[in-house]
Amino acid sequence: MYVAVKGGEKAIENAHRLLAQDRRGNPGVPELTVVQIKEQMSLAVDRVMTEGSLYDRDLAALAIKQARGDLVEAIFLLRAFRTTLPRFATSNPIDTTAMKARRRISATYKDLPGGQLLGPTFDYTHRLLDFALMAESEAPDVATSPSNDEALPRVTSLLNAEGLIEQENSDDTAPVSDLTREPLDFPANRDLRLQNLARGDEGFVLAMGYSSQRGYGNTHPFAGEIRMGEVEVVIEPEELGFAISIGDITVTECEMINQFKGSATEAPKFTRGYGLSFGEAERKAMAMALVDRSLRARELGEEVQNPAQDEEFVLYHTDNVEASGFVQHLKLPHYVDFQGELEMVRNLRAEQAHVHAQEQMLKAGE
Amino acid sequence: MDGYNFAYLDEQTKRMIRRAILKAVAIPGYQVPFGSREMPLPYGWGTGGIQVTAGVIGQDDVLKVIDQGADDTTNAVSIRRFFARTTGVKTTEKTTEATLIQTRHRIPERPLSEGQILVYQVPIPEPLRWLEPRETETRKMHALQEYGIMHVKLYEDIARFGRIATSYDYPVVVNDRYLMKPSPIPKFDNPKMDNMPALQLFGAGREKRIYAIPPYTKVKSLDFDDHPFEIQQWDENCALCGSENSYLDEVVMDDQGGRMFVCSDTDHCESRQSDGHVGPMGTQQAAE
Repeated sequence: MYVAVKGGEKAIENAHRLLAQDRRGNPGVPELTVVQIKEQMSLAVDRVMTEGSLYDRDLAALAIKQARGDLVEAIFLLRAFRTTLPRFATSNPIDTTAMKARRRISATYKDLPGGQLLGPTFDYTHRLLDFALMAESEAPDVATSPSNDEALPRVTSLLNAEGLIEQENSDDTAPVSDLTREPLDFPANRDLRLQNLARGDEGFVLAMGYSSQRGYGNTHPFAGEIRMGEVEVVIEPEELGFAISIGDITVTECEMINQFKGSATEAPKFTRGYGLSFGEAERKAMAMALVDRSLRARELGEEVQNPAQDEEFVLYHTDNVEASGFVQHLKLPHYVDFQGELEMVRNLRAEQAHVHAQEQMLKAGE
Repeated sequence: MDGYNFAYLDEQTKRMIRRAILKAVAIPGYQVPFGSREMPLPYGWGTGGIQVTAGVIGQDDVLKVIDQGADDTTNAVSIRRFFARTTGVKTTEKTTEATLIQTRHRIPERPLSEGQILVYQVPIPEPLRWLEPRETETRKMHALQEYGIMHVKLYEDIARFGRIATSYDYPVVVNDRYLMKPSPIPKFDNPKMDNMPALQLFGAGREKRIYAIPPYTKVKSLDFDDHPFEIQQWDENCALCGSENSYLDEVVMDDQGGRMFVCSDTDHCESRQSDGHVGPMGTQQAAE
């Protein structure tokens, strides 16, 4: 006799137990600590904080541990926690010009006030596996770097002084969109687009930026300036009326300078693309700056012809928590709908076979 | 659950969701954008339905959760446990006992009554999405009640296949105004939506939309005079309870083509069996 499959509850419990076991791995190997992840997998922590929209190194490291190193899953864990947090205040805009930069480079000038500062970068390493790291090693010698306490002038400001680049008309009093509170709405303004890109999947934003470089809407970019370092976060509670510093965060900022040939009303000048990420997520910040510029096609009067310029296409598909959920929901049962399709296909096939048989009979009769 | 509010969401968020629901009830079939939150379950797993349920659930509610018509499918179990943990409300598998039913892909066979609320999980709320990918365009088409392309699509089906080749998520017009996607329920369930005494709420979390059908509202499945709307029919009856008019799942028995058909609505099937109904492969149960 057929018995309907039961026991979903038990199966789920067992799956959770297996998952916990696999996460731990061989119990003979010491357990990874959250502090170790925070200290030694810091770029993974940075990515999870950036796309998780929450600056908390400990929680991001915990999420990575819990997710067995699956960063998209870790981002999801952090986001689900973030939504439960009350909002105490909105910070003032961070001042990246006042950044204590640990890295600062410009590709548009050989030298510039404040100088070029490579900082901790993979850029000029040879990508050879370092087998010495297979064994536990002693801490490397402390590197000395020129400390940069003075504010570094911005490359875009140097251009701005000459009037060669578009003005950045920032109005700090205007309300800022927040897609974690309000659904996306189109046309999307730049504040909303930048928020979306900042939270967006690094791989997707990277591919979109890359596509613009390969001819799908070239924006002729130059890396005007990339800087990474610590900035102060300041809030100004209404009831107090004065500013309070609540701590420093590490951010990476990228300002792209893009060619613009001008239009009937506008003289030729350079335009801007902007990228910002938590921590040291330079690839993400650069890709974001490229896509930001591509998405400004509408406001600059360029024809929207390519995926990276299409705001509905880009903004609806950046979020890896949404994308991962919807792609993977296909593994949930769909047998009710599939039954409908089965019935439909069987009927269509039966009808076709019937018509075919009739044709054969007519032919035989001729 | 320690550290979390009743039904997980904070009260401000619930208020925002209730406002969206009120607007949705006031404009039947209209998709109301809302500030959908990240939930601790993945998008695509019913986050919209979960937020709607969290928005309306109260301490006295009795909750039933089904997926594919069944109470014991893994995702239904998971969502039921989520609310049991975060609200402590009573849960049930009986359609008649429930005040609030969250569903994925089915409407229960037993007619719902006044005072009950049916919450649907919706993956893609926009009925015109496959015909026009842009939200900016489809919103305009709804505003102008410009639904010609949907009729053309159905007509093309008839021209090509001799019938309308949509078996689930079959488009309906609500209250003679808005074209609406009923979520991926089989078209078999569409007639149940029409003039239903219960309130029907639809939540699409990833797409950030809520819509509704108030009780006793006209819901019409699109069709043509010469190609009237039809629902699925089976030659077989339910193998367990013998039902002749419920939606059946096909169960593959072996690799020799052996198969059987059973009710997709498990509560309906079990109630019938305990009432003494028996199908060709079922066993007689004493009527209670």
